[in-house]
Amino acid sequence: MSGAKLRVAITDDEAPARNRIKNLLDDVSEMVPIELVGEADNGRKLLELLQKHPADVVLLDIRMPEMDGLEAARHLQKLDEPPHVVFTTAYDDYAVSAFELHAIDYLVKPIRLRRLHDALSRARSITRISLDVLSEVGPEARTHLSIQERGKVKLVPVAEILYLRAELKYVTIRTAQRELLLEESLSSLEEEFGDRFVRIHRNCLVAREFIEAFEKESKSGAEARWVIRVRDVEEALPVSRRQQHIVRQLGKKPG
Amino acid sequence: MASISQNAPANSLPDFRNLGVILRIFVIVTASTLVAAALGNHAIARWLEASAAAIAFVLPVTIISLLILGMATSWLRRIDYRVAVVCIVLVELVIVTGIVQFVWLLIPEEDGLINIARYWLFTVLLALALIGYFDLRNRALSPALAEARLQALQARIRPHFLFNSLNAVLSLMRAEPRRAETALEDLSELFRVLMADNRKLIPLEQELELCRQYLAIETLRLEDRLNVEWHLDDLPDEAMVPPLILQPLLENAVYHGIEPSAQPGTISIHIKQNSERLEMILSNPVPKMTRSQSGNKMALANIEERLQLHFDAEATLATKSEDGRFEVRIILPCVKGER
Repeated sequence: MSGAKLRVAITDDEAPARNRIKNLLDDVSEMVPIELVGEADNGRKLLELLQKHPADVVLLDIRMPEMDGLEAARHLQKLDEPPHVVFTTAYDDYAVSAFELHAIDYLVKPIRLRRLHDALSRARSITRISLDVLSEVGPEARTHLSIQERGKVKLVPVAEILYLRAELKYVTIRTAQRELLLEESLSSLEEEFGDRFVRIHRNCLVAREFIEAFEKESKSGAEARWVIRVRDVEEALPVSRRQQHIVRQLGKKPG
Repeated sequence: MASISQNAPANSLPDFRNLGVILRIFVIVTASTLVAAALGNHAIARWLEASAAAIAFVLPVTIISLLILGMATSWLRRIDYRVAVVCIVLVELVIVTGIVQFVWLLIPEEDGLINIARYWLFTVLLALALIGYFDLRNRALSPALAEARLQALQARIRPHFLFNSLNAVLSLMRAEPRRAETALEDLSELFRVLMADNRKLIPLEQELELCRQYLAIETLRLEDRLNVEWHLDDLPDEAMVPPLILQPLLENAVYHGIEPSAQPGTISIHIKQNSERLEMILSNPVPKMTRSQSGNKMALANIEERLQLHFDAEATLATKSEDGRFEVRIILPCVKGER
C-alpha cells in the first residue's frame, strides 16, 4: 500500500454500531494508516458527506431508514471515483448469500478486528461492483433517483417526483421545484415504480398521488382529448387515446 | 386454570369449562341425535317430529352433564384415565335415567324397560365417542404444542436483534462498562425466559418486566428514535398469561415500525381488564416510503397458535392497519394465579 492514508467513511443508523467501528478502526490504524473522513446515519447522508469528503472505502450498513445500504451503493457507483464498498450487516442471510455469489465484500456484525483489517487491506485491489449486480441483490424499488453532475451525485427523492417524461435519449424528472435529466429508460422506471406512477402516454409516467384533475381539452378543428392537471405544474399533460381507460379508473378517487 | 397445560393433567380428558369444548360437545351431541332419529324414521315429516322430541330430551341432559362435569373437571383430569371414563359414563347414565323417569311421570309410556335400555345404549355410545374424540384431538394437538414451543424458540428472537444487541453491548465495553453490564444482564434475562419451559402460564407482571428489559436493550441501539407509551389501567394483580405473549409483538413493532424510519416513533401498549377478559392492544407507526421489509407473519401466527392451545376459542388475536398505525389486539380470559 502506498504511504497515503486510507480514507474511510462509516454509515450505520445506530450510534453504538458506529462507535464500535470507530473503536476497531483505532485498533486497525496501528497496522494500516487510516483517516476517518466522517460518519453518516443513512445512505443519503453518506452521499452528502462524500461530496465534500471523498473516501477510499465506505463501511455501509444494509438495513437503514430513508436510504438503505444497497441503494446507497448503487448511487455511489455514479461518482467519478466510486469508493470501495464494504457492507456491514447484523443478519441478512439473503444478502449475505448474494454477496458471496458476486464476490461483494461484507462484514457480519459484531465485526472482528481481524476481518476488518483484511477487508481494509484488500480495499484498493478490488474492482467496483456493477450496477446490475447491486440491483439484483437489492431488487426493491429505490427511494431516490440519482443524477451525475460534474462528478457529483445529485439525489431526487422519488416521493417528490410529479412526473417522468421521456425525451429523446433522456428522461426528464419533474419535481415542484425543478427539472432534471436522467439517463434511464422510461419502461424500466415504470417497472420499478409501477406502484407509484401511472403511464398516461407513451412518453409519460405521472405520480398518482399528485394528480389534481382530469379535463377535457378541445382545440378548434381537432377532436377533444383528455389532459391531466398535476399539482404545482402549469402545463397539462395529455392522455393518449390508448391510455384513456385510466381516466375512468383514477377518476373514481376524490379530486 | 382454564389452560390445557397449566395443571399438567394426568389424562387426556378435556377441560369441560372451556367454551370451545362445550361448543364441540353441543354440536356433536345434536348431530348424533339427528342422525339417530333418522335411522328409525325414513319419512322426512316423521324424522322432524322425532328429532324435535329427541332434542328436547337430549339438551337438558347435555346441559346438566356439562354443569356436573364442569364442576368435577380438575378432579376428573387428575385421576386415572380409565377410572375417569367410567365415572363419566356412570354419571351420564344416572342423568339420563333421571330425566327419562321425569318425562315418564308427565307422559306415561309402555314397554318402559325396553325403552330405557335403548336410552342407555345411546348414552354410553355417545359418551364414549365424545371421550374418544377429545382423546384423538388431544393427541393431535400435543405434538403441535411441543412443536410450537420449538418453533417459538427459533422464531421468537430475530437473529437480527441478537447480533445487533451484542454489537451494541460491544460498543459500550470500552467507554461505558457499567451500561454494558446492565445490557448483558437484560439480555441474559431475556434468553433465560426464551429457553425456559414456556408451556406454563406466568404472572402478567413478569411478562411486563421482560418487555421492559427488552425495550431497554432496544433503546441502547435506537436511542431517542424509540418511544414507548404504557397504558396500564388497574390491572388484576395476579392475572396469568402465556409467557412471551407481548415481547414478540414489541419486537415486531420495533422491527417494522421504528427501525425503518429515521424519525422517532411511538409504540403504545394498552392493557386493561374487561369483566372476565384481559385486553391487550399494541400499536406502532407504519413508516412511509421505505423499501419493502422482509415481513414475516411468524410472530403473529406463533402467538395465535399458542393462544389457541392455551384457551381454545376463548382467546382472540386481531390486527388492523389504520391512520398510519398498525394495531394488534389480543383478548384472553382473565385467569387468576393460585398463589
